[in-house]
Amino acid sequence: MTGRNLNFKHRVAVVGAGLTLFRRRMLETPQELAWLAARQALDEAGLTLKDIDCVVIGSAPDAFDGVHMKGEYLAEGAGGIRKPVVRVYVGGATGVFVPIAAWWHAASGLCKRVLAVAEEKMSHAAKPHPQYVFRYIWDPVVERPISPNLLWIFAMEMHRYMYKCNVKKEDIALVAVKNKRNACGHPSAQLCNPHIKVEDVLNSEVLVWPVNRLDVSPVSDGAAAVVLASEEEARRITDTPVWIKGIGWTLDTTHWTNRELAYPEYVRRAAEMAYRMAGIDNPRKQIDVAEPYDPFDYKELHHMEGLGLAKRCEAPILTREGVTQRDGDLPINPSGGLLGVGNPIAAAGLMKVAEIFWQIRGEAGARQVKKPVYTGLAQAWGDLMQAGTVIVMGI
Amino acid sequence: MTKPKNPRGTPFEEVAFPVFEMPHVGKARYSYAAGWALGRFLAGLKEGKILGTVCKKCGRVFIPPRMYCSYCFREVDEWVEASGEGVIHTVVASYIEATRARAGEPKVVGVVKLEVPGFSFDDHFFPGLLHYICGATDEDVKNMKLFGARVRARFKPPEQRTGSVTDIECFEVAGP
Repeated sequence: MTGRNLNFKHRVAVVGAGLTLFRRRMLETPQELAWLAARQALDEAGLTLKDIDCVVIGSAPDAFDGVHMKGEYLAEGAGGIRKPVVRVYVGGATGVFVPIAAWWHAASGLCKRVLAVAEEKMSHAAKPHPQYVFRYIWDPVVERPISPNLLWIFAMEMHRYMYKCNVKKEDIALVAVKNKRNACGHPSAQLCNPHIKVEDVLNSEVLVWPVNRLDVSPVSDGAAAVVLASEEEARRITDTPVWIKGIGWTLDTTHWTNRELAYPEYVRRAAEMAYRMAGIDNPRKQIDVAEPYDPFDYKELHHMEGLGLAKRCEAPILTREGVTQRDGDLPINPSGGLLGVGNPIAAAGLMKVAEIFWQIRGEAGARQVKKPVYTGLAQAWGDLMQAGTVIVMGI
Repeated sequence: MTKPKNPRGTPFEEVAFPVFEMPHVGKARYSYAAGWALGRFLAGLKEGKILGTVCKKCGRVFIPPRMYCSYCFREVDEWVEASGEGVIHTVVASYIEATRARAGEPKVVGVVKLEVPGFSFDDHFFPGLLHYICGATDEDVKNMKLFGARVRARFKPPEQRTGSVTDIECFEVAGP
């Protein structure tokens, strides 16, 4: 893609968002969770299902919920019956891909009001552990015979990052501490901990060195939803629409053993696409608040660098100096992120988009960042260090 | 007011409810095709060789081998054999199994950047394999001494090889 010109027909805005609680295990079925979030998003926008033209659903591997054709299965709870429905999937990057796909539905003029719903119920994959079903993402010929645990690949990326950038585990643990504290302001949060300290992270169970248990986001159930509308409709629905200014997404190869792991190229490329569309040439100055994907604490740092919010190897320094705190110059994950609010995979990514929506509208309450917010960014990442999805929103 | 307002959902610990348990995939078993490129790669391992493919247009060497150059999008030109030696690109110590159960002994695993005679590689694209690292402890992982350490493939005895990546027992750290 070259130049800023994008031949889309309509500007698109987010006009409502909804979330369920995020918890380790919930009573509700995947369909019921999708409904709770979708209903709240519609209520916030003041719409009913009759107002919705198209539905976009996002959910990560079918193996978690234990239901194949999960998009079709979720369609009912997501408000998709007898409507054009599509389910999108790019692993962990799905949550931010849902509003991206919903955007092109509305930007093209095909649909005026789009309901975008993301759901995940990891607790269904109960035995021996939800981590176990991740084994099917590895290459069946060259990797699976080695019996890898999913955490290996993250530990390898984290360790490579620590080696290349000379970062200590203590520096990385600061991210987990910040996010788990931030989560105390979030009504959906699973892991709020106002008293957590760096030592707690360092002393938690070592899973795969250098990853300890508190470096990782939890297993979660939950759902999230947003309503998007094209410009004319958006202005009719609300006085405070939040515009989608830029979108970007890329996929790298599954052959992760052939690449440098210290820098997330896939995020950089997705971000450049979104920035070009949004007219952003200095993200560090032009983005007021960001929700980079943080399933692991080092990932927040890694992604800040991929997004150009920090120079290479600079993110740990900004974190230590407090720049990324809610009252800092560049608040990062004021929601509490996946480490604090929880990680129902696709729903967690869309939760980040909802957070930026509420931050820009000034509705984040206890979580509202100190500086004024005009432009915000949410990003997710997924698969075998492959997928990057970025959305830039603003007034 | 803090959004989201009263997010709903019923946490497990608050109610006792019936759980319906069943083996999801049951007894289904997959029989994976190794493919044009990886088929020959596995046959090579059985003979104690690590094989790769080369794209002469961009000069990339692929290990694990591909049938096509994923960048030039053309068929690869020839096969090459790696020396069996390499350096550690990244390494970790796993205290858990694939099932998340605690492992008896920590396992050292990593990505080995392989050497192929006649070629040189930077850190951005290189022939590399995920494998066990032997001759090193979790302490060596923690003090980061293993980054860049030289390793050599240790193959199983020929009669025990089956045409699998596990025909390589591990990559052994070269002595001081």
